[in-house]
Amino acid sequence: MANVPEHLLRRSAEAKAKATGVPFDQVWAEMTGGAAPAAAAAPAATATATVTTTAPVTATAPVAAAAAPAIPEGVRTQRLLTVVKARAIQQVKKEPTDKVHVWPHLLAVEFVALLVVLALLIVFSIFQDAPLLELANPNAQPNPSKAPWYFLGLQELLSYFDPQIAGVLIPGLGLAGLAIVPFIDRNRSTRPSDRKFAIMMFTFFVVAAAILTIIGSFYRGKGFNFTFPWRDGIFFDL
Amino acid sequence: MASNGNGNGRTSLGERIAGVGTRIRGSEAWESIFRPGSPMRKGYGDTPRNRSYVIMNNVLYHLHPVKVKRHGVRLSYTLCLGGLSFFLFILLTITGIFLMFYYTPSATQAYPDIASLSTDVAFGQIVRNLHRWGAHLMVITVFLHMTRVFYHGAYKPPREFNWVVGVVLLLLTLLLSFTGYLLPWDQLALWAVTVGTNMGGYAPVFGDQVSFVLLGGLQVGAPTLLRFYVLHVLALPFLIVIFMAVHFWRVRKDGGISGPL
Repeated sequence: MANVPEHLLRRSAEAKAKATGVPFDQVWAEMTGGAAPAAAAAPAATATATVTTTAPVTATAPVAAAAAPAIPEGVRTQRLLTVVKARAIQQVKKEPTDKVHVWPHLLAVEFVALLVVLALLIVFSIFQDAPLLELANPNAQPNPSKAPWYFLGLQELLSYFDPQIAGVLIPGLGLAGLAIVPFIDRNRSTRPSDRKFAIMMFTFFVVAAAILTIIGSFYRGKGFNFTFPWRDGIFFDL
Repeated sequence: MASNGNGNGRTSLGERIAGVGTRIRGSEAWESIFRPGSPMRKGYGDTPRNRSYVIMNNVLYHLHPVKVKRHGVRLSYTLCLGGLSFFLFILLTITGIFLMFYYTPSATQAYPDIASLSTDVAFGQIVRNLHRWGAHLMVITVFLHMTRVFYHGAYKPPREFNWVVGVVLLLLTLLLSFTGYLLPWDQLALWAVTVGTNMGGYAPVFGDQVSFVLLGGLQVGAPTLLRFYVLHVLALPFLIVIFMAVHFWRVRKDGGISGPL
């Protein structure tokens, strides 16, 4: 109490007097422990002015005023100075998000995923050897000759289109189109329901590429002619 | 040192080993290696402060922030595909270095070198298998990673450029796999690469020149083997590491993992 500046104490006493309807001098006496207002004439004048203005309020709550020191039920002893929006003083740039520590939560998941893949790869490598055919011979082209599996979709396209289109135009456009996807798709939303067209287009191209690759891999036999893997065997090496 | 509880005042072997371990972990050399907050340090406690230090005072801080969005930790969000692609790249680097010890990139030596991996070299066959299957798997994981990123719309601003970097990484992955395909120098390698490079020859205007530079001749031969070897073990890994560094850096600069949806 002792270290509260007097002008603040006075303001508080005025507010309390106004709210409870108790005369200022009485409130002041309670607050300062009986000491009379130390300040000279000017503050005293404002104090009386406050009391006179609060006179109608006193009339509305005469019972409470009579009870003197006790604060009546439902009366606030503090007042609202101003409302300041939190954003204005905190200058928060982004909303706080729900985050967890990378260690141990993320690193544990990553490490387990790594171990699982490594284990599967080792087991697969134990039971399945990498292919090694006979020595390369430029004079004996095997029938059929197939590209690595990820190019078999393109090789499949080569049997439908001119090499200029299937071998250059389509992969070139495909790669360039893929690279500029973020600049074509101006829709900022990431919710799947907002981007049905984008999802549909992408799924279409992925499925088309997958189907072409599967046909090129398993349904093409001698002379790169159509075949059924269950009838003529598989012409496919990894 | 405390007694072992048998009342004979002697310390057991386990206690003595534990004591040595504590002394080593308290030594100056040990503490110079493991920075404050490392779980390897003496007196590591599982506190939020230490959990932050584990990442912040670690080389891992280049890859991961101290905290990530909770939904990003769920396995079903990323399926770890990007991380697994990176892991497979590391695995392929390690197994690839092993294979380089036994491989000569010449038309006469390449095939016998690969063939002898299964007979003359300890673990040669399984390391070669790991390298080959790992390479195919990496093509798959990189591709799936791209589809995952697309379906999450994670290429949208501010991540547009990182998507472009990712497309370059996909291309480099395919080229790495393709150049490696030739190296065993068997019929499969020769003719798969012949079919593949024939497509490059169809490129307009400079098609023949591109093909000539790529093959070091008019058809796949001994010069091609050397070129593909240098591309496979040096040039393309060099490029892909640079692009990966930019890729990972941008993931963090663009605000970490995308989402939630």
